[in-house]
Amino acid sequence: MCGKILGDLGADVIKIEPPNGDLSRSIAPFYHDIPDPQKSLFWFAYNSNKRGITLNIETADGQQIFQRLIENTDFLIESFNPGYMDGLGLGYSALSQINPRLMMVSITPFGQSGPHKDYKSSDIVSMAMGGFMYICGDADRPPVRPVAPQAYLNAGADAAAGAMLAYYHREMTGEGQQVDISIQESVALSSYLAVAYWEISRFRMKRYGNSRLLGSRVLSRMVWPCKDGYVNFVILGGATGSRTNNALVKWMDEEGMLPDFMRGIDWDKFDLATVTEDLMNLLNESVERFFLKHTKAQLYEWAIRTQAMLYPVSNSEDLLQNVQLSDRNFWTKVDHPELGDTITYPGAWAISSEANLDIRCRAPLIGEHNQEVYEGELGITKEELTMLKQSGVI
Amino acid sequence: MPSSGRQALQGIKVADFSWSAAGPITTRYLAAHGAAVVRVESAGRPDVLRTSSPFKDGKPGVDRSGNFAILNANKYSISLNLKSPRGREVARKLIAWADIVAESFTPGVIERQGLGYDDIRKIKPDIIMLRTSNQGQTGSQAKQPGFGQHLVGLSGLSYYSGWPDRDPLGFGMAYTDVIAPRFAVAALIAALDYRRRTGKGQVLDVAQLETAIHFLAPQMLDYTVNGRIGNREGNRCPYACPHGVFPCRDEDTWCVIAVFTDAEWNSFKQMVNKPWAEDARFSTLLYRKKNEDELDRLISEWTINFTAKHLMELMQNAGVAAGVVQSPEDIINDPQLKLRDSFWVIKHKILGLVTHLGRPFILSKTPAQPRIPAPCLGEHTEYVCTKLLGMTDDEFVELVAAGAFD
Repeated sequence: MCGKILGDLGADVIKIEPPNGDLSRSIAPFYHDIPDPQKSLFWFAYNSNKRGITLNIETADGQQIFQRLIENTDFLIESFNPGYMDGLGLGYSALSQINPRLMMVSITPFGQSGPHKDYKSSDIVSMAMGGFMYICGDADRPPVRPVAPQAYLNAGADAAAGAMLAYYHREMTGEGQQVDISIQESVALSSYLAVAYWEISRFRMKRYGNSRLLGSRVLSRMVWPCKDGYVNFVILGGATGSRTNNALVKWMDEEGMLPDFMRGIDWDKFDLATVTEDLMNLLNESVERFFLKHTKAQLYEWAIRTQAMLYPVSNSEDLLQNVQLSDRNFWTKVDHPELGDTITYPGAWAISSEANLDIRCRAPLIGEHNQEVYEGELGITKEELTMLKQSGVI
Repeated sequence: MPSSGRQALQGIKVADFSWSAAGPITTRYLAAHGAAVVRVESAGRPDVLRTSSPFKDGKPGVDRSGNFAILNANKYSISLNLKSPRGREVARKLIAWADIVAESFTPGVIERQGLGYDDIRKIKPDIIMLRTSNQGQTGSQAKQPGFGQHLVGLSGLSYYSGWPDRDPLGFGMAYTDVIAPRFAVAALIAALDYRRRTGKGQVLDVAQLETAIHFLAPQMLDYTVNGRIGNREGNRCPYACPHGVFPCRDEDTWCVIAVFTDAEWNSFKQMVNKPWAEDARFSTLLYRKKNEDELDRLISEWTINFTAKHLMELMQNAGVAAGVVQSPEDIINDPQLKLRDSFWVIKHKILGLVTHLGRPFILSKTPAQPRIPAPCLGEHTEYVCTKLLGMTDDEFVELVAAGAFD
């Protein structure tokens, strides 16, 4: 994720893989469900706008080549266990001797130092230790993790932000540095609301499933079933919610589904701070009954027409059909000549008046740019390259 | 080790018209690293976070919200009446002073205030403007009203999170509000660099919806390539078993255990030391996946005897990935996060000693430093005018009398 963001911003990013390919090439889903390291869609998703070379940095030749690459590198992004690179003579202290302008971006589960730095982790462990899972799930079940791998993606995007901050400092002063990203910390900062509740009022947010907590400590439903899926709708109070609430009441009335008690509520003055649990439950029942009669597309069309705050709980198919995303040409077609195919990807994550952040090239094949980089840019001869290939260095 | 007191963004100035969470979280990264960030606020129309829970002592008040405080350390606040011509004059001075202008209103709102990109580039031709919004500045639904809590639904994050046999996850917070800022910060610094190299400013349109979809990119490709919509996976992982959340001794406490390799399974078995762990039904990953419900049940009967922290330590000592499902108080007291200054406890005039989000990561030579707590509304109006914008005291007093501030 970190490398992709820098690549999208126009950096020349070279993904360095071990000779047999990066481990994430084995993560599903796969192109046409064929489990092959050259066909992982997970790999495709986060490695576009990069070139790719292979290098075994555990060999002496590999280390020497790595050091030569570093001489002209701005950013090194790595996610090995703390100390691993030092053990190879490729830690920050060694590499900064070769290139004092280097930004070494190190992403680890808990950070480069501290009592837990050597703890084993994975995405779900980071989501738990960062506090995010504590508020995710249903009250009658264990905490549940959001779609994997959110912890890694939080940290990867943070790493790009950190890398760029360090870059700015270097451009001003010439001084490189190490950026120490802790995945747990990235997740912890994403959990800020629960921390604020605890710190300010010693109130422990819990798992509210399909609902959210109101200031009055009453639960307010967010995810509602409808005829063919789910919608996201929140009953809001006062001026913020009045347009939506009045429009919904009108529509329910038109379809003969408005209960009398809802007719009696003054929606311009409806106050979430004083709403009772009983009233909320009654509202939920009536609104749910109404939503179940309509599809998510019908409900969203109504919301757009009336400027009401209701959204579909989209799945991938819904998003590919989402009008706003097509209006903005968000989806982008990327050629995969090796597959004889063109694949539709999520495109630019920002629109700049000066630069295009869209995908320029698909993710690299294993060692696709070995010749280009090693021969063309590092000046390694064809003969040496053949020797390095045979000895398992590349 | 820090080589000097210098901060990464020292000298960078930000006029921050944004509000709610996504915009201020973006400028928080900048403020944490030394940029001078001025929140342009209005007492007449305060930031929605200032009027949202939790409040100190449960009493609402614009300077009492913990939700606002936690996101706004190291920033100044000026309370400006943008309806008054003199207030708009101060806004223009602030834009002339700034390198970056940030805003997060519904598209079209800032134009109506005469502060759209075309207006502000006349004030400062090389200005960098960040516009962060739900669905972007363009497109037929750009102005559709909504909050971050709606975006978790629209973006697909809800649909793919939670239990496969239950409703999609509501998250309980506006998760997309913390996704977009990370992208926006990287883009903003790239824009500063671009300005340095070319002399040109730019406007950046960052949609929460689009950044969030990048956190689901593999699911999108599974559909565009294989036509598969997919579903929620709960706590399971297709290539690890056991992989889940297990109950511990104290009420509502839990520990995650994740076993990926045969070596880790062997360590796990030794730690558990129960006959069932040796059962042939659990001897390989494929067998364990086939009998995962039963395995999870047996593990739960065993883990319930331990505190979550003790279980995590036992597992970690045996080389098995494990972690406590930490509560908010756990993460505030977490020794690892404490060591890293992940949270900053800073004394606030009204809230007293209060936790703010601190370092998002550690820059080894220019680590982020706390300077001031989240501002009270308009706390720095005079400071900003006289010290940052260089007005004389007389000019400031005259502006006050003319109703520039509210």
